[in-house]
Amino acid sequence: MQEAMIKRAKELLTDGTVNRVLGWQKGGVAYDATPAVFDSAEALEQGFVYDDFTAANLSKYLVKETKNEGKVLVFLKPCDTYSLNQLTKEHRVNRDNVYVIGVGCDGKADVEKLRAQGMDGILGITAEGDNFVVETLYGNKTVAKADVLAERCVVCKSRKLMTYDEILGEDGEVIDSNRFDMVEQLENMTSDQRYAFWQNELSRCIRCNACRNVCPACTCEKCVFDNVNSGVANTAAADSFEEKLFHVIRAFHVAGRCTDCGECSRVCPQGIPLHLLNRKFIKDINELYGEYQAGEDTDSRGPLTNFTYDDCEPSIVHERGVE
Amino acid sequence: MQRIGVFVCWCGSNIAGTVDVHKVAEALKSEPGVVISTQYQYMCSEAGQTLIKDAIRDHKLTGIVVCSCSPRMHEATFRKTAAAAGLNPYMVEIANIREQCSWIHKDMEVGTEKAIILGRAAIAKVHLNAPLVAGESPVVKRALVIGGGIAGIQTALDIADAGFPVDIVETKPTIGGKMAQIDKTFPTLDCAACILTPKMVDAAQHEKINIYAYSEVAEVKGFVGNFSVKIKQKARMVDTTKCTGCGLCVEKCPMKKVPNEFNLGMDKRSAIYIPFAQAVPKVATIDPTACIKMKTGKCGLCATVCEAGAIDYTQQDSFIEEKYGAIVVATGYNPINLDKYDEFAYNQSPDVITSLEFERLTNAAGPTAGKLLRPSDGKHPHTLVFVQCVGSRCDVANEKGKSYCSKICCMYTAKHAMLCREKYPDTDVYVFYIDVRTPGKNFDEFYRRAVEEYGVHYIKGMVGKVAPQADGTLLVQGSDLIEGEQLKIKADLVVLAAAIEPDKSARPLATMLTASMDTNDFFTEAHPKLRPVESPTAGVFLSGCCQGPKDIPETVSQASGAAAKVIGLLVKDSLTCNPCVAHSNELMCNGCSACEKVCPYGAISYEDKEFRMPDRTTAIRRVASVNPAVCQGCGACTVACPSGAMDLNGFSNSQIMAEVDAICK
Amino acid sequence: MQVEKKEFKPTIVAFCCNWCSYAGADLSGTNRLNYPANVKIIRVPCSCRVNPMFVLRAFQRGADGVIICGCHPGDCHYTTGNYYARRRMTLLFSMLDFLGIERDRTRLEWVSAAEGAKFAATMNDFVETVTKLGENKRLEDLRCKKQ
Repeated sequence: MQEAMIKRAKELLTDGTVNRVLGWQKGGVAYDATPAVFDSAEALEQGFVYDDFTAANLSKYLVKETKNEGKVLVFLKPCDTYSLNQLTKEHRVNRDNVYVIGVGCDGKADVEKLRAQGMDGILGITAEGDNFVVETLYGNKTVAKADVLAERCVVCKSRKLMTYDEILGEDGEVIDSNRFDMVEQLENMTSDQRYAFWQNELSRCIRCNACRNVCPACTCEKCVFDNVNSGVANTAAADSFEEKLFHVIRAFHVAGRCTDCGECSRVCPQGIPLHLLNRKFIKDINELYGEYQAGEDTDSRGPLTNFTYDDCEPSIVHERGVE
Repeated sequence: MQRIGVFVCWCGSNIAGTVDVHKVAEALKSEPGVVISTQYQYMCSEAGQTLIKDAIRDHKLTGIVVCSCSPRMHEATFRKTAAAAGLNPYMVEIANIREQCSWIHKDMEVGTEKAIILGRAAIAKVHLNAPLVAGESPVVKRALVIGGGIAGIQTALDIADAGFPVDIVETKPTIGGKMAQIDKTFPTLDCAACILTPKMVDAAQHEKINIYAYSEVAEVKGFVGNFSVKIKQKARMVDTTKCTGCGLCVEKCPMKKVPNEFNLGMDKRSAIYIPFAQAVPKVATIDPTACIKMKTGKCGLCATVCEAGAIDYTQQDSFIEEKYGAIVVATGYNPINLDKYDEFAYNQSPDVITSLEFERLTNAAGPTAGKLLRPSDGKHPHTLVFVQCVGSRCDVANEKGKSYCSKICCMYTAKHAMLCREKYPDTDVYVFYIDVRTPGKNFDEFYRRAVEEYGVHYIKGMVGKVAPQADGTLLVQGSDLIEGEQLKIKADLVVLAAAIEPDKSARPLATMLTASMDTNDFFTEAHPKLRPVESPTAGVFLSGCCQGPKDIPETVSQASGAAAKVIGLLVKDSLTCNPCVAHSNELMCNGCSACEKVCPYGAISYEDKEFRMPDRTTAIRRVASVNPAVCQGCGACTVACPSGAMDLNGFSNSQIMAEVDAICK
Repeated sequence: MQVEKKEFKPTIVAFCCNWCSYAGADLSGTNRLNYPANVKIIRVPCSCRVNPMFVLRAFQRGADGVIICGCHPGDCHYTTGNYYARRRMTLLFSMLDFLGIERDRTRLEWVSAAEGAKFAATMNDFVETVTKLGENKRLEDLRCKKQ
């Protein structure tokens, strides 16, 4: 796939369709590919990488990239195309300045899960059927994909590309996913148990802002948490409430706009399952206001900028689930 | 740092009775920024206001907090006081220590403690207040009246007589409304047409009045003083500038089987028609659903006979855009549909009719030329039963009817019964009623005349069932609550006083106007007692039954009242805007459109602007801006905005959070 | 054994829309309908002005309960504001519940300008409910705690 992508990118650079390519660059270690812009065939040859570790959602980078001259080529996985649609809807990205090559995706490996399988000195990864062959300093090792796929890939909601100019590989289908199972489990706990769960998770937050910085829905020109006049500006992470405030507000700000791409949890250095907060909102929205998938289109009205006269009352929170 | 003055009002003993005002003033003295804190018996009095004005000058105050009654009561007063002393009126905050403190707490200690906290919150807020300057917006000196019944006509005439141009938009081919269908009016029994049609002519001939009949309001934009309205003129297939209303086309039209809506379907009209003889404008209209030419392409007789050459089968709906300073809603009412009232056999027997149908049956210009004849067989009825409150004053649970009293039915039923007995002394007339309500000038006298002089049988009780009999009569079963007996009356004609409801066009119109309605779709007045002819939406006024059931004299009074309010508005050259509106910080705006989507007034627009970035490059960004003349200051946008770029003057994020902090501290 | 304890008086922040609920609160004052003094009202133009941030801020600073009052659906002075407020607060309250915050600390009520009695009854009920819950421990910021 990587070769096909580089070949096609070179062609599009040569024929002038685009003047640069947004892709992934080899990192210090094999599983640490980072988003990068390539402006020549040579740069692509040298640095472009795509494998089962290149998980980053590139759509957010388009906010900045599309402000520059000329068209940019971007490679997007199905889940990333939802983000691009949402950004297009919110006028954050000028879709006309983007050439999208949709790449099919069978899920990305989670390096933490590989480590948990006892793998160290990881040098590379290739997919073979239902398995990954992981190249390590200590030789090749084979693991079942199901055991080491990232959580968001295990419960993948869609392998269908929502927007593209061309496709490399196969377009897939929207999947009847069980991604809300964990949210439901939490809902079925007692209030005390839920509190204990989140106290344990969120108290680990170090306010590094990685979740915010990677989130394709968090593209504010100035984040309220950086704005001293907002009243909620980042203060020293000295109290557990601060983390709750931060994560609730952040989840609320992306509610109805979050496509559930899962980047927040992927980048969290503390391994906090932040996606559960977003998924809770998505689940509530689906249940209370009708199914809504952000990023499915570029023109529908989001659930929080919409209403019906007979919406439920907030007391519904009391009426359902465990106290 | 602001220099804040705190003024604690005793309100006589209203506040001082349960709040230690001295202690409050003393406690607030030590709040940051407070340079003077004092108390007085009546702050709103001349002396109290002078005290405030002097303090503003003497202490060079930049903000004041008045601890007094509700801001809904005296905020405007104290703002004026501040302005008189040279302080920006929006540097005033009120701590409500009467309605929300002294009046609900009996314990002096509790009340005092709460009053201090409320004072602190107001002080915290005023620290963040900024002087606001109200903008001005010009007033378009033209009014729109929606609905051409007696309410709309009267409003339009009054406004026009004051010298302002008025457009009337009427959905029917003619103005006149319900009153044109009515035979005689209570309690004077003068002929409705005789008093209405001259007014219709006056409106048509008034140089300041322009009538758009057979037209509808399609779109409303803008705001008080500056509405932009799109009016749809429905295609009549007749050029109104050429048609002379001679009626030849109507006579020659071969399609004569169309139910005549003016006579409520009790007779037929032709496909090209003039609703009634005194129609204004008196021009023909082709009914496209009935016209043979329109449906099959064949015929065209009307075009052939029309000497003026007014017929134009290719005519299309057209749109007019006009600007107005004020809009009057006069959309009127309709009797409710009685399809669900099987117990009264309305759909089973043509001899069960509504009161409005009865009006047409007794009208000289009606289907029977004014002779009271039964619709079924054209015979003279001998026994008539009137049923009041059909669909009025129902339980809310009763889905068929309305919870309210339709107000006019008691009087018109008395009128019908009386007229019936007067013209046809051989008739027996029964009226079933729950209550007879006659609170109007000469109303009760009128009703008593019906009973005492004309021998109408009033029976307190409701009719349970009307059953059509094989012999063509109607068996009316009802209860007489006073005599405590069940009655069975063999009637020839049953007249139902159907409840009235707002016209169906009112609800979508209210949405366009962003004017509020009650659950019955009557327009809500700005204040039920003190502002009965204004809607809460500035620049939108209410005339007639769109606001609630009323009779003709009441309608005309309200129509004139609305006109007076419109004149009061149009006579101004410009209006002062509310400065407590939203504003967008362009540096923080993402241009995401969330605010625009939740704005009920369309006050937010976007533009691409060039910005210098911190790295000295420039970038084009889409940013929101708020039209302060359109924004009403609800704040929906401020919460929709994720970056906090959108904020509200007078109720800013930081102001509200400062209040929260002060209260929770 | 009974231990003498100082009666817990919760701090309640009530956001009231200017047109209906604030007027309803005034009316309950005019009619001398009592409710506890720990309810403090903040006037906002419309229930749709209430940012979830304000609710969290109140809890952070030591509020034990937050109630938002607005015009009844269909009666909003700004036509649609309360419908947006209803969605926002439903989702916010549900999220707080999801985090294990007691459901009874948050409430949204529709109170018209004519419902002085309802306002007082609502506040009495809310204060009673929150009093039973006790102090807000799960959402407070200890640094902001009153001494």
